[in-house]
Amino acid sequence: MNSGDTAWVLTSSALVLLMTLPGLAFFYGGLVRRKNVLSILMQCLIILCVITLQWVLYGYSLTFGPDAFKGIIGGLDWAGLRNVGGQPNADYAATIPHYAFMIFQCMFAVITPALIIGTYAERIKFPAFLAFTVLWATFVYNPLGHWVWGMGGWLKDLGALDFAGGIVVHTSSGVSALVLALLIGHRIGYDRRTFTPHNLPFTVLGGALLWFGWFGFNAGSALAANDLAANAFVTTTVATAAAGFTWALIEWMMHKAPTALGAISGAVAGLVAITPACGFVNPMNAIFIGMIASGLCYFAIAKVKSFFKYDDSLDVFGIHGVGGIWGTLATGLFAEKAVNEAGANGLLFGNAELFLIQCMLVLVTVVFAAAMTWAIFKLVDALMCVRVAKTEEIVGLDLTQHSESAYTLVD
Amino acid sequence: MKYIIAIIKPHKLDDVMKTLEEIDVNLMTVSNVLGRGRQMGVTEVYRGAKEVGSLLKKVKLEIAVNEDFVEPTIQAIAKGARTGEIGDGKIFVLDLPEVVRIRTGERGGPAIG
Repeated sequence: MNSGDTAWVLTSSALVLLMTLPGLAFFYGGLVRRKNVLSILMQCLIILCVITLQWVLYGYSLTFGPDAFKGIIGGLDWAGLRNVGGQPNADYAATIPHYAFMIFQCMFAVITPALIIGTYAERIKFPAFLAFTVLWATFVYNPLGHWVWGMGGWLKDLGALDFAGGIVVHTSSGVSALVLALLIGHRIGYDRRTFTPHNLPFTVLGGALLWFGWFGFNAGSALAANDLAANAFVTTTVATAAAGFTWALIEWMMHKAPTALGAISGAVAGLVAITPACGFVNPMNAIFIGMIASGLCYFAIAKVKSFFKYDDSLDVFGIHGVGGIWGTLATGLFAEKAVNEAGANGLLFGNAELFLIQCMLVLVTVVFAAAMTWAIFKLVDALMCVRVAKTEEIVGLDLTQHSESAYTLVD
Repeated sequence: MKYIIAIIKPHKLDDVMKTLEEIDVNLMTVSNVLGRGRQMGVTEVYRGAKEVGSLLKKVKLEIAVNEDFVEPTIQAIAKGARTGEIGDGKIFVLDLPEVVRIRTGERGGPAIG
């Protein structure tokens, strides 16, 4: 047991909590219309409550518990935190309490379904959101986490690399978001006008909190206060800086002005893309990963989305899906053993095999997340109808789902 | 000259702007307001969820027009704002004795458009 490592992982857990609430909540909350801002904050808050419980009751056991069936799913040996305690578990982190590892991972399980809410924002029924979230955590996040990170997980045993969640968190939520956007349909009026964000300062504030919390997400994933954590910390902020600046430059060239929304979106795209790679690549390659991330995500949002006209309302697929896939593939290109002995060399360091494994990792995740999300949506839709009625959507989710308003016009 | 004031549902603003553009009425002043009508502001709100003082959010349009445009403007607003449900709003038409364009000092009819 190492007190420095324990302190860092516990601190990182709190930092990752900050990403969901208030970070993501305000990043998304600022982007919706005034009548729906509370619904976004509420969904983030409730996910934090509900998925934390789901995690300690059975989610953690399904994901990280001793393998129950051929690397597909963990068993229930650790359900209700049985056999999880203050002593380290050497399989995952030998120098920190098992509890610390468990609660750090809990925050990842929380933020992943919270990322998805951006795609169906402003038009989902609260009970349907709740049912979807719990089912998605159980049937997508828990198995996928086991495959990639769990002891005996089949993708982990193949040698797939995902340092902090580019696949498990971002690609899975991003791809699921795209499927949901197609299934739930666009918001009323989306085909006739663009919806203006109601509070961009909220969005920049939330995005900045995401950047801050992401140090826990990425550097904390070293699970120790060591050189690897420092590498992840540096690559994370370098890639993010490169991505934020690149997005601003792209907009400057394409639309004559760099926007605050663009720069903060670029920063988040960079954070996403460096996530799987941060503990395997060096800082100079991180710059490249960040710049390409902004280019790809900008293209996905500005060109692909408008061409196909799907309403991924807050660009979950455009940022997290595209950024996550790029970061996972980039890991296969830029990973080097000089950075992390436990990792592998990528294509640029003479190892084509890793790149192929990363490609397969992306493919498996895309197919699995898309198919499961489709099935879960259909089930929930049959049980309770996912979308609110037309009049409810017009009045707004704050008033119709939560009986309150964020802002008043008179005191 | 007339001064037209219309109180409409907020989500119908886009439609009203479009119907007004179709008759070449492009000038307007728009503000967020709270208000209520005969139903005391409650019936329209879903599930009886009341807003403070049971006042509903509305949008107010103010448009100054010359006589030729009065009737088309009324028609356009009514067409764009109508849903057929309670709370679609009202249009008030007031006499307008004078208009001054501040930049040029023009007065009356020519100063409106």
